[in-house]
Order: sequence, then structure tokens, then C-alpha cells
Amino acid sequence: MNKKSKVVSYNKWGYIFLIPFTVIFLIFQLVPLATTIYNSFFENYRSGLTQIGPNFVGLQNYGTIIANGDLPTYFINTMIMWLMGFIPQILLSLLLGAWFTDPSLRLKCQTFFKTVIYLPNLIMASAFAMLFFTLFSDSGPINSMLMQIGVFKEAYQFMSHVWTVRTLVATMNCLMWFGNTTILLMAGMLGIDPSLFEAAQVDGATSTQIFYKITLPLLKPILIFVMITSLIGGLQMFDVPQILTNGTGDPMRSSMTLIMYLNKHLFSKNYGLAGALSVFLFIITGILSLIVFKFTNSEKVK
Amino acid sequence: MDLAANTTIAGKQDTGASVHVRRVVSYVVLILISFLCLFWFYVLFINATRSNSELSLGFTPVPSTHFVENWTNLKNGTLPIFNGLLNSLIIAILTAGLATYFSAMTAYAIHAYDFKLKKLMFTFILAIMMIPTQVTVLGFLQLIGKMGLDNNAAALIVPAIASPAVFFYMKQYMDSTLPLSLVEAARIDGSGEFRTFNQIVVPLMKPAIAVQAIFSFVNSWNNYFTPALVLHDDTKKTLPILIAQLRSADWLKFDMGQVYMMIAFSIFPVIVVYLILSKHIVGGVTLGGVKG
Repeated sequence: MNKKSKVVSYNKWGYIFLIPFTVIFLIFQLVPLATTIYNSFFENYRSGLTQIGPNFVGLQNYGTIIANGDLPTYFINTMIMWLMGFIPQILLSLLLGAWFTDPSLRLKCQTFFKTVIYLPNLIMASAFAMLFFTLFSDSGPINSMLMQIGVFKEAYQFMSHVWTVRTLVATMNCLMWFGNTTILLMAGMLGIDPSLFEAAQVDGATSTQIFYKITLPLLKPILIFVMITSLIGGLQMFDVPQILTNGTGDPMRSSMTLIMYLNKHLFSKNYGLAGALSVFLFIITGILSLIVFKFTNSEKVK
Repeated sequence: MDLAANTTIAGKQDTGASVHVRRVVSYVVLILISFLCLFWFYVLFINATRSNSELSLGFTPVPSTHFVENWTNLKNGTLPIFNGLLNSLIIAILTAGLATYFSAMTAYAIHAYDFKLKKLMFTFILAIMMIPTQVTVLGFLQLIGKMGLDNNAAALIVPAIASPAVFFYMKQYMDSTLPLSLVEAARIDGSGEFRTFNQIVVPLMKPAIAVQAIFSFVNSWNNYFTPALVLHDDTKKTLPILIAQLRSADWLKFDMGQVYMMIAFSIFPVIVVYLILSKHIVGGVTLGGVKG
């Protein structure tokens, strides 16, 4: 009897230890989420020196960002740049992961290679983008190298062409994230029961067959997880294109992402449109998060 | 070992020669990829050692002698780099400290105690883990404006107490390494719950705390979006904001040697620290499982 009441009195500490997290979460995340949604229903911006609103306008803000084409355009931009970076990233990661974990290859210097490929992930994205901007500028070292080799007669304007800017953004994202993905996929590959590989080898399967018939299917859950988390990260794409194009998304706003657009409205204090955009992003990332959540939760149960 | 032996016996099609070819191919590709990862930083280093006039002549792969000169010019220039460095350091250190300590505490609450809302809390934290901060930043800015925290680094530091991703890592680490018998033993010895957490649990969690402290530090160090919206005074700005300022300035008129030096100044310290700690960092990624 006495012992039991003691157990109960210990367990109240569970609540006590949860207080800091809960309080900070409520204040700095839940309240802002509620006010963000609230803001999306109001007209609230500055036109010159006069402050318009806040006036309740219902769903008008949502209508505006969809009808004037901003939201669809920037959403497509974001997705194009994400895909251009993600496809090479996942292929490269699968290849490297398969090599690193292949026992018949017995690659040396694995630690060195892993250290090198993970390195770009820790670099300040804004500094990395600034670096690419200076390297690929008209009078920058890449142009001078290409002219020395004789690829171009005169400097190529990387920053004035839609697809070169997008390619630069995608390249940076790919470089920054493929090391991380490789390490995650490797963990998945090492988690596969080795007896499956042995059985396949005894049956005379080649390593290509083993990769397609055993590794890849068993890796599917982790691949889905990597893809969705990367998609959530891709929707947040900001630092690289923002610094590379100085916030303009040029040429012709073709590299303007959703968060750059949000950032623009936050700076100009157009809270109505910024709110509608945030809610839109919240819904998409919320759905994607739910899928990830299902994944992590089922992993837990296992 | 076993597997390798099997390969040689059973894998008759996978002859030694074909393995050899594949090994050569993979080394060549790995070296190419490593080159692609390091090339940019090599150019950055070379260009940081060259003067503006040398830079305008085109690229050479050999370093020049103006490293110290570029550094002095940058130091005495208009960008408040030491302020920026100090601000970035303070914010990143405090963020890492708060995020790891309180996430360990939250994880301990759910790991060690049984209470009614336990399951609900855990599910809830997992569910919100992936929601990006950007979607609530509008409300966040209005809130800190009302609280008088606008233009104040505290607005960037304090929210780190609730870091769901760090919590998740700590919880997983506890599940695999923290035996509750130790906690019971401490109780029998008369240690209070709070003291048990600080003096027994936290030291046991050191490896996990170290890994997460590194990641939180780096995330905060590299963060540009929120600080740029919160901090307005030149003396309060962090390094990423200064980089953005450099970008939006009329950079063609700048001494390019200084521009490269500024980029090097924000990148190379992280590279050096990374090379020292790389073993823990690369190992920590897999353990984390989930990282934004």
C-alpha cells in the first residue's frame, strides 16, 4: 500500500519534467500557428504610408495568391529545383551506399570518403551560395577557367539564364545533402539480414541482381522516408536561392521559391498574404509529416 | 568474414577479375565525387590568398601571398565581422545547450515515468516534429513584437527548449542505453528526482548530448531565415546576415580578396571543427534517423 502511493508520487515528476517543453512549445509554436492562421483571413498591409486593415476578408487572400499566379508559379519553381537536386542525390546515394556496404568490394579509406561527402552538409548554406555566386560570376574563376580551356570565347553569364541558375541551386542542394542521404541509406542496407545475400550468392546471383532484387525492395521504406523528409526540406528551400539571386529569384522570378515569397511579404509587412501562404505551406507539410509520422511510429512498434 | 569466404566459394560468375574492375570503377567515382565536394573550398582558399588585382587576371591554382593583407583589410573594413562572429557563437552555444538539456529532460519524463498523458504527449511530439518553423514565423514575429523581444537574440535562443527532433534522438538513445534500475538505485539512496536527472541521467547521456549539441550548434550557426527577420541592429546581426548584406551590396566595387576572405571566415572554422569531430558527427547521423 505504502509502496504503491510512493510510485504514484514519483510519477507526478513526469509532468514536472514536461513543463519546460510544453510551456515553450505553447508560447513559441502553437500560439504563433494560431495567429498565423487568424491573420490569413484579414486584409492587412501597407500601401505607401497608409496602413490598410486589418479588415476581415474571409478567404480572399487565398484567392489572391492563387488567382494572380504567384503561388502556382513559385510552387512549381520550388518543385523543379527540388527534383533537379533530389534525383541525382538519391541515385548517387544509392550507388555509394551499395558500394560502401558491399563486402566483396572491401573498399579502403571509407572513413575518409564518408567524411568528405558529409562535409558540405555542415557548411553555412548562405556562405556556400555566396561562394557559388562569386565563383560563377561573369569575371569569376569558373568563367576564367572555362575560357582558358577554350570552352567559351567570352564569359558566360550564369546568373542571367533560367536553367543555369536553377542548375546551380540544384547542384548546391545535391552536394549539401547526398552525403547525409548516403549515410542514412547505408544504415538501412546494413540492417538487411546478411543471410539473404548469402542465399542469393549461393544461388549464383550477380551483385547487380542482388541490388535490384533484394537490396532495393527491402530498402523501400527508408527510401520513402528519405524522399518525404527531403520533400519537406525542399519546400523550405530558401537560403541558397535567396543569397544566389539576392532575393529577386531572377531571371524573371524563375528561381523564386515559396519561402522566398513568404520572406518578401514578411519584410513588406503584408501579413494577410503571408498568412495565407503560411497556411498553404502548413497544410502541405502537415500531410507530408503525417506520412513520416506513420513511418516512424510503425518503426517504433517493430 | 563469413560472407567474404562464401563469395569466393559460391560466386563463380563473380570472378576475381570482375570484382577487381568494379573496385577500380568505384574508387575512380569516389575520387571524382570527393573532388567535386572539395573543389569549391580549394578555390575559395586560393582566392582568399590573392589580391583584388590578381583576382581580376583570372584563376591560377597556386596560392598567392595576400592572405594576411586580405584579413587585415576585412578586419578593418565596414562589415562588423567580430560582432557577427560573437553573436553567432553566443546564439549557437546557448541554443545547443538549451536544446540538449531540456530535450533530455523531456525524453526522461516520457522514458522514466508512467502517467496518463504519456502516450499522448509522445505521439503529439512525434507528429509535430517535421512541421517547419517557417510556417509559424508570421505569428512568431508578431508575438515577439508584443513581448518586446523584437531585435533581441533571446527570441532565437529560448524557443530551442522545445526541439522535437532533438527530443526524439534522446528518447531513442535512452530506450537503448538507460536502464531504469539505476534510477531506482538512486531513489533508494535517497536522491531527489531532479538531482537524479542532473547527476546520474545527464552524465550517462553524454554521448547523445554531445552529438545533438554539435547538430544544434551547426543548425543555429548556419540559420539565416529567422535571424534575418528578428535582428535589425548591425551590432546584433549574425554571420549569415552579414553574408547576405555582402551579397546585396554593390559587390563589384568591393575588393574581391576581402569578399573571399569573408566567405572563408564563415566557412573554414566549421570545417576545422568538423574534421576534429567528424567521427562523432558521421556516426551521429545514422543514430538520429530523423533529421530535418
